[in-house]
Amino acid sequence: MKKLRQSLETTPNVDMKQVNNLQPLQKLIFLSLVFFSIFCTPLQAQEADPTKGKSLFNANCAACHQLDKKMTGPALRYVETRLSEDEGLDRDWLNAWIRNSAAVIKSGDAYANKIYKEYNGAAMTAFPQLSDQDISNILAYTAQDKAAPAVATVTTQAPTSTEGGLSKDIILGALAILFALLALGLFLVNKTLRRFAEANEVEIQEAVKRPSLWKAFLKNQFLLLATAIFFLLSSAYFVYGYFMQVGVDQGYEPIQPIHYSHKIHAGDNGIDCKYCHSSARVSKHSGIPSLNVCMNCHKSIYEVAPSTATEEYSKEFYDGEIQKLYDAVGWDDAEQKYTGKTKPVKWVRIHNLPDFAYFNHSQHVSVAGLECQTCHGPVEEMEIMYQYSPLTMGWCINCHRETNVKVKDNGYYEKIHEALSKKYGVEQLTAAQMGGLECGKCHY
Amino acid sequence: MYEPVGYEAYGEYEVFPNSQEALLPVEGTIARGYSLYDYDNTNEGYEAALKSLKSPLEVSEIDPKRGKELYDIYCGICHGNKGAGQGTLVKREKILGVPSYADRAITTGSIYHVIYYGKNSMGSYANLLNEEERWQVTAYVEALRSELIK
Ligand code: HEC
Ligand code: HEC
Ligand code: HEC
Ligand code: HEC
Ligand code: HEC
Ligand code: HEC
Ligand code: HEC
Repeated sequence: MKKLRQSLETTPNVDMKQVNNLQPLQKLIFLSLVFFSIFCTPLQAQEADPTKGKSLFNANCAACHQLDKKMTGPALRYVETRLSEDEGLDRDWLNAWIRNSAAVIKSGDAYANKIYKEYNGAAMTAFPQLSDQDISNILAYTAQDKAAPAVATVTTQAPTSTEGGLSKDIILGALAILFALLALGLFLVNKTLRRFAEANEVEIQEAVKRPSLWKAFLKNQFLLLATAIFFLLSSAYFVYGYFMQVGVDQGYEPIQPIHYSHKIHAGDNGIDCKYCHSSARVSKHSGIPSLNVCMNCHKSIYEVAPSTATEEYSKEFYDGEIQKLYDAVGWDDAEQKYTGKTKPVKWVRIHNLPDFAYFNHSQHVSVAGLECQTCHGPVEEMEIMYQYSPLTMGWCINCHRETNVKVKDNGYYEKIHEALSKKYGVEQLTAAQMGGLECGKCHY
Repeated sequence: MYEPVGYEAYGEYEVFPNSQEALLPVEGTIARGYSLYDYDNTNEGYEAALKSLKSPLEVSEIDPKRGKELYDIYCGICHGNKGAGQGTLVKREKILGVPSYADRAITTGSIYHVIYYGKNSMGSYANLLNEEERWQVTAYVEALRSELIK
């Protein structure tokens, strides 16, 4: 399990948005761009502005097009030059196409029909509202060169041991064996020395007989009793401790088949827990999302931003994990379609009550209105999911004793709440007072 | 009793294809409480839904509070809680091209159709929301849209 981890340190990269502090090279590109578009479109009154183009592109076109990657529609970098060089199509054609591609296709235009067929008759939205200026802004944006990849310095870290628990055990074991060997050695040395002494007829003087400590101890009955009790108690303590942790898996943190990070999804990007664990609202189980739910976002998100990478996990590592997701659902990212070859992801189950206990999520999440974090801990900070709570009976009972039932806006509870609060003489009922301690509620 | 005799949710058992307990409904069946959706996942189906599909909910059955709750969980992350296309993922530039509802000529029918099948890079939400919930969300999207247009 030891592996080299690489971290990427990106030099502050120059963002396209910051036009005011353009580097000389980019200034040159920018200027030549402006000249280029002026020469291409003599009718144009104003200069084309790739910055405005970018925001227009993101708002209108990015749902289907990216600059360098086929999505629902073709990649659009250098589209204008490509079309004029390969197909002899000019700006007028582009204007007509973008404003209403269906009309161009209907008019029988050869290239329009060809590309329409190539994309299996996917319809491009019509944009009659875009002005000539808007379109040239967008095209100026698509004519920009790709930003040079940020210069990355790769530093390799010393492998860190992830097996702290195990290695401690090993050290302890080794120490115990060492001591045993030492004792054995001493015993053997003693024995051979004695044999030598016998052979050389050296008299070893036995110590003068004194009442040995051991005998004195055996005679003192009180001391004997006290130690016996001490030993019994302490072993009882350890036995009890041992039995109490049987079946309690607090802190269990298995390695999952895909390194899926709750920190990145639920924390950094603020995705609601129920977006993925959608059955928590309505059923016993919270459920693990099926992979089509992942693909709602990951059709578009095929890599992580460089800023997502950390010391411990590099961008390559994260991108590889997204690739695993694609392999599992059978998504061909280059072709943008499903191959039909799937292989289910075998997530390792973490929380699991024994079969004789009944727990229902919707009762706690929808009815009681509890936050997931009360029971599952700071999930939005977990890079790797682990079991936060002990899930013992005492844990359930404690909370039922302390937590008030949420009766507000719940017509179902009006009558019973009135009757019970009269019975117990309290304003607010706890879950326990409503029957949350009855064995049959949790045990079938 | 610690290890259940019955099949547990998400378990791995040999009787199932691929040993996978989580299965799709049998082709051609409809779960209790659902009804048949008659429009195809094609451009024509979209046009037909846009024109003729209407909500089965009475006005009195529309619950904006629940609609908002569901919308904020499932749609707000991209479309923004106001529907202007500025959700968290868009602001962080993870997903682009999410339109404002005001910019699209959408109707009750087309919204439901898009929730059911998805559209281009937006996925389907049919398995996360049940039929009634989908109509609640549809109604809420319409309300947001009329807010935006105002
Ligand atoms: C609804 C998805 C969608 C949107 C939004 C969209 N396009 Fe398209 N676009 C397509 C598809 C699909 C094609 C391929 C032809 C076809 O199937 O109609 C295409 C083709 C094109 C082409 C021809 C490319 C080539 O290589 O021949 C251009 C240019 C283009 N789009 C520009 C734009 C611009 C500019 C915008 C934004 C204002 C835009 N598109 C928005 C889907 C879309
Ligand atoms: C983008 C989808 C997604 C979101 C959002 C999400 N989860 Fe998860 N969750 C998963 C996946 C996938 C797994 C299974 C892999 C794992 O255990 O890491 C999982 C596992 C879990 C588990 C452990 C299940 C088990 O095996 O016992 C818990 C608990 C959990 N999530 C709670 C939450 C909470 C609380 C939130 C909100 C803060 C949340 N999740 C948000 C996808 C998600
Ligand atoms: C609501 C949108 C959304 C959904 C649903 C979603 N993701 Fe993600 N995912 C993201 C975003 C945003 C990132 C971070 C991209 C970045 O940082 O640039 C990400 C990053 C990742 C990564 C790389 C970082 C990491 O966590 O290791 C993996 C792997 C991943 N997702 C897997 C999944 C899986 C598996 C599912 C389904 C259970 C899923 N995602 C569902 C939005 C989503
Ligand atoms: C009252 C405490 C509590 C709350 C609140 C709670 N959970 Fe759980 N969760 C549990 C327990 C207990 C289990 C183990 C259930 C079992 O094994 O049957 C569990 C199991 C899970 C699992 C594993 C799969 C399953 O359903 O058995 C997931 C995923 C999960 N919870 C997610 C969530 C999410 C998301 C929320 C918030 C919407 C949430 N939980 C709220 C206590 C809670
Ligand atoms: C964070 C606090 C909390 C924890 C932990 C918790 N519960 Fe609850 N539970 C509640 C509340 C509050 C209610 C009352 C909900 C309501 O209004 O019906 C409740 C209700 C219940 C009910 C229904 C009781 C009734 O009167 O009908 C059952 C069954 C139950 N819980 C089982 C469990 C089990 C099993 C566990 C442990 C695995 C557990 N709960 C852990 C807070 C908790
Ligand atoms: C709030 C829910 C709840 C209530 C009420 C409850 N239990 Fe439990 N009980 C549990 C859970 C959860 C476990 C499993 C704990 C574990 O796995 O460590 C459990 C475990 C046990 C066990 C241990 C079984 C074993 O072999 O480990 C016994 C015995 C038990 N309960 C008896 C009772 C009795 C008797 C009552 C009524 C006085 C009762 N329980 C009420 C939730 C409850
Ligand atoms: C992962 C991000 C994402 C989520 C979550 C999302 N959408 Fe969308 N949605 C999009 C994108 C992208 C488009 C643009 C699709 C296109 O026209 O190419 C869109 C378009 C739409 C449209 C306009 C379609 C049309 O007919 O032109 C509607 C209506 C819509 N979404 C409703 C919803 C509803 C309701 C939800 C919640 C159930 C939702 N969306 C959740 C990304 C998302």
